[in-house]
Amino acid sequence: MNHTHTTSPTPSRLARLRGPAIVLLLLASLAAPLVVYPVFMMKIYCFALFASAFNLLFGFAGLMSFGHAAFLGSAAYICGYSVRSLGFPPELGLLAGTATAAVLGFVVGRLAIRREGIYFSMVTLALAQMVYFICLQAPFTGSEDGIQGIPRGKLLGFIDLDNPLAMYYFVLAIFVFGFWSVHRIVHSPFGQVLKAIRENEPRAISLGYDVQRYKLVTFVLSASLAGLAGATKTLVFQLVTLTDVHWSTSGEAVLMTLVGGMGTIFGPLVGAAVVVSLEHYLSGLGSWVTLIMGLIFMACVLMFREGIVGSARSFWQWRRARREAATAAKPLSVNAEA
Amino acid sequence: MERPAHHWIAALLVSIGLSTLAIPAAAQTAPKISDGRVRFGVLTDMNGPTSDLAGPGSVLAAQMAVEDFGGKVLGLPVDVVSADHQMKPDLAANTARQWFDTQQVDAILDLASSPIALAVMEIARQKNRIAFVNGAGTSRITNDACNANTVHTSWDAYSQSYSLVDAVAKQGGDSWFFITLDNAGGHGVERDGMAAVKAAGAKVVGSVRFPLNSPDFSSYVLQAQSSRAKVVALIASGTDSVNAFKAINEFGLNKTQKVVAMVTFIPEVHALGLQAAQGLILNEAFYWDADAGTRQFSERFFARFKKMPDAVHAGIYSSITHYLRAVQAGGTDEAAAVMKKMKETPVDDFYAHGGRIREDGRMVFDMRLVQVKKPAESKKPWDYYQVLATIPAEQAFQPLAKSTCPLIRKP
Amino acid sequence: MDIFGVPHQALLGQMFIGLVNGSFYAILSLGLAIIFGLLNVVNFAHGALYMLGALLTWMALNYLGINYWLALLVAPLAVGGLGMVFERTMIRHLRRLDPIYGLLLTFGMAQVLQSLASNSYGVTGLSYSPPELLRGATDVGFMRLPNYRAWVVVASMAVCLSTWYVVERTRLGAYLRAGTENPGMVQAFGINLPLIVTLTYGFGAALAAFAGVLAAPVVQVSPLMGADIVVVVFAVVVVGGMGSILGSIVTGLLLGVVEGLTRVYYPPASNVVIFAIMAVVLMFRPSGLFGTAK
Repeated sequence: MNHTHTTSPTPSRLARLRGPAIVLLLLASLAAPLVVYPVFMMKIYCFALFASAFNLLFGFAGLMSFGHAAFLGSAAYICGYSVRSLGFPPELGLLAGTATAAVLGFVVGRLAIRREGIYFSMVTLALAQMVYFICLQAPFTGSEDGIQGIPRGKLLGFIDLDNPLAMYYFVLAIFVFGFWSVHRIVHSPFGQVLKAIRENEPRAISLGYDVQRYKLVTFVLSASLAGLAGATKTLVFQLVTLTDVHWSTSGEAVLMTLVGGMGTIFGPLVGAAVVVSLEHYLSGLGSWVTLIMGLIFMACVLMFREGIVGSARSFWQWRRARREAATAAKPLSVNAEA
Repeated sequence: MERPAHHWIAALLVSIGLSTLAIPAAAQTAPKISDGRVRFGVLTDMNGPTSDLAGPGSVLAAQMAVEDFGGKVLGLPVDVVSADHQMKPDLAANTARQWFDTQQVDAILDLASSPIALAVMEIARQKNRIAFVNGAGTSRITNDACNANTVHTSWDAYSQSYSLVDAVAKQGGDSWFFITLDNAGGHGVERDGMAAVKAAGAKVVGSVRFPLNSPDFSSYVLQAQSSRAKVVALIASGTDSVNAFKAINEFGLNKTQKVVAMVTFIPEVHALGLQAAQGLILNEAFYWDADAGTRQFSERFFARFKKMPDAVHAGIYSSITHYLRAVQAGGTDEAAAVMKKMKETPVDDFYAHGGRIREDGRMVFDMRLVQVKKPAESKKPWDYYQVLATIPAEQAFQPLAKSTCPLIRKP
Repeated sequence: MDIFGVPHQALLGQMFIGLVNGSFYAILSLGLAIIFGLLNVVNFAHGALYMLGALLTWMALNYLGINYWLALLVAPLAVGGLGMVFERTMIRHLRRLDPIYGLLLTFGMAQVLQSLASNSYGVTGLSYSPPELLRGATDVGFMRLPNYRAWVVVASMAVCLSTWYVVERTRLGAYLRAGTENPGMVQAFGINLPLIVTLTYGFGAALAAFAGVLAAPVVQVSPLMGADIVVVVFAVVVVGGMGSILGSIVTGLLLGVVEGLTRVYYPPASNVVIFAIMAVVLMFRPSGLFGTAK
């Protein structure tokens, strides 16, 4: 059972490395703006958070949403509108956006979790299309021009976010918070129940868990995190457009999670970094970008279903198993020689 | 490369002449070129809905402009970088920022599609560089969103509707029906178009708005047909306009009513074929076969691209040439100085006749009212238009007095 | 007589136009439903295969001089063959996995096919004229009906109904249905199920291509023509009930008409009305209008 696996008494080599790895990663991301272009990094953080939100729902609860752009986009619009037209400070804009996504997540979730599998995906897609329609028609969204020129403002009234470094660390903080939340959710008793539901729903029901309620809570959490990502993205790029609510953006979350490794904590981060970098560095190749992205997508589904992080983990486990087998086999062979 | 050798010699002579001229000027102000180079960024849509109108052709046009200028300005190298924005404004904004911040790009061109143009021109303002909008048509670029770092060289809602309506109304088109794309851009053209209809003493008898990417227009065509309006104005671009035209043809709308297309350009006519597009009246900023100058450029372009250039491509060539001349004349690539020079100097090349860049960033120049030829009238490939009239620069564009640009409406 | 402000004659015309679009939905959703029924794959590449059918029709005429009538046969065969290759080399390997992977794979396939097409032909697309025989229009009283559109309805109905007949009334169809219900049992009877699966995917792809050939003279042949329609057709299949043959045909026609009427009364909503219906149907009849609850 999963339970015994995650709380294994002797921590594996991998688990012992996790602490230092996280510290190293944090140090690297603190120093990153010295080497990498900050806006580029911030874009990765926003999409990593978005993909993590999707992964929380798909990788850990087995619910594949094809409409997550609705949460990203609606939060982005509300954040952009409240900051630009209502004069909200950035932190309130983020809150307003995230809260909108949470409410929308509750509504969509209530309807969608009544179905499973492909049908669940279809319901989320259909409802997301309606959100797209509203964003296209509503007077405050600026139609295809979107909301442009959104000021970043001053955080808590005194930190000027127009300073690229201040903005960078602010986004990093949001990202770390979001990431840590996903980590906590997954490793809490709540997360264990989710896994149980994903592995065998009837058994979870028979154990007395209110499965629908668990699914709904996860859906709302996932939607809120996607919303947080969308609202942050608005402040980073200072614009919101229909692309943010389009179904292809939902597809992007799937792609990132798939490339990075679904059901792993770091997968979405790696996937977002890879996809955003590809999009960016291949853009000089012009019209071939879509083709290359499509081929990567297919290759991932056919050959690397575990994604980058998943494959790395499997490789590590395989090596460890081999080494353990070797050390276990050694005395035997010595005996045989003797 | 088919450019004759004497161009090289001419370019060489000119640059020698200019460098001798520049010596006394340099005594007062040394040429100030940031990073020791002038670099253009063509930010366009390589694979999406506007990639035929702009796309790879834009990159080629930019390269040709730089080559024709001699590849150097004030003795320093000039080059072109390009990127695909994939119709994603955030990707476009990211690329633009990075180009300005780390890639030494001085000016960004093309910017096909309005949201992308609006996003990048704002970044150009923040970073004090220059944005040329050659591929998008929203009127906001030179109205509420206007800034001092942007030049708009292509069509806009006003230029596509006013003179067109005026000309057709004078021929007896006294009742109009609008088939309009349901987004901000479409509404803008419709608003200006309807105002023009009223101004011409005609009336609007109905309208219908269709969503972007509608594969089937027959329903809207039937509505236009039953309105019995004398003129049907189509506000659609790209595949939408092509599909609209297929339905118009199929239901014989163009046999009983006059059809004008407000934001349709030559790539769509090419895609549609003369059989279906014949008789259509439209407004073009550029037509390759208009005169000797346009032909000279277009045939060179065609030799390398296998397609004739459109207004976006020619506009990019014109913008780069005008920019480099301004840099040469002013001895600097500092944005405000270049903008000042560009606005002072009239633009008169094969693309823009009688052109100038106004205070609000609007480049005004003569537009052409054209009609698509019948298949029998077309003598050679790409021989598509009959030029009906030339609309003088001052009439083709929104008068400065009506602009809501904050630059000219100082409180 | 006016119905909500629209003359009833005009309304009849609009309903007929809706029926024409519904015919396309019917063939496309039929193919999707068959593929889903036997392979349990949500074929996201369906729109791209539809586009490929139209593109092949254009290529056949312009490169090989093959006319429309022959293209009606050739293009579906070619695309069907390509579909079988896809099935054998790729889709097959996902058989034991969650159906989500099938959807993801075909999503990637669609992107690849579309970008190949747009890299070669540009996005504004290519124009294709209706065959000589079907040009022009007939006055049918309430409207001037283009002959080609009438043919679309006739041809698609013929194909849909014969497909339905084959699946529901013949031995081959019986294997197919049995394979859907209980694959292990069918193989135990010595039927080559993997072959049937391959043929089924090929047939679904051929249906998509057939719709593409029918569409070529009506809409512009462009690389992106399938990108949006596929999402709509998904909705049609879900409303009809996944895997229900007759359901997807009837629903396709019905939703085409509903969409057509939306274009008259509130055009901006015409791209979203099918999704709204889908959401409502899923709430009240989760297995679709014609589906049987599993």
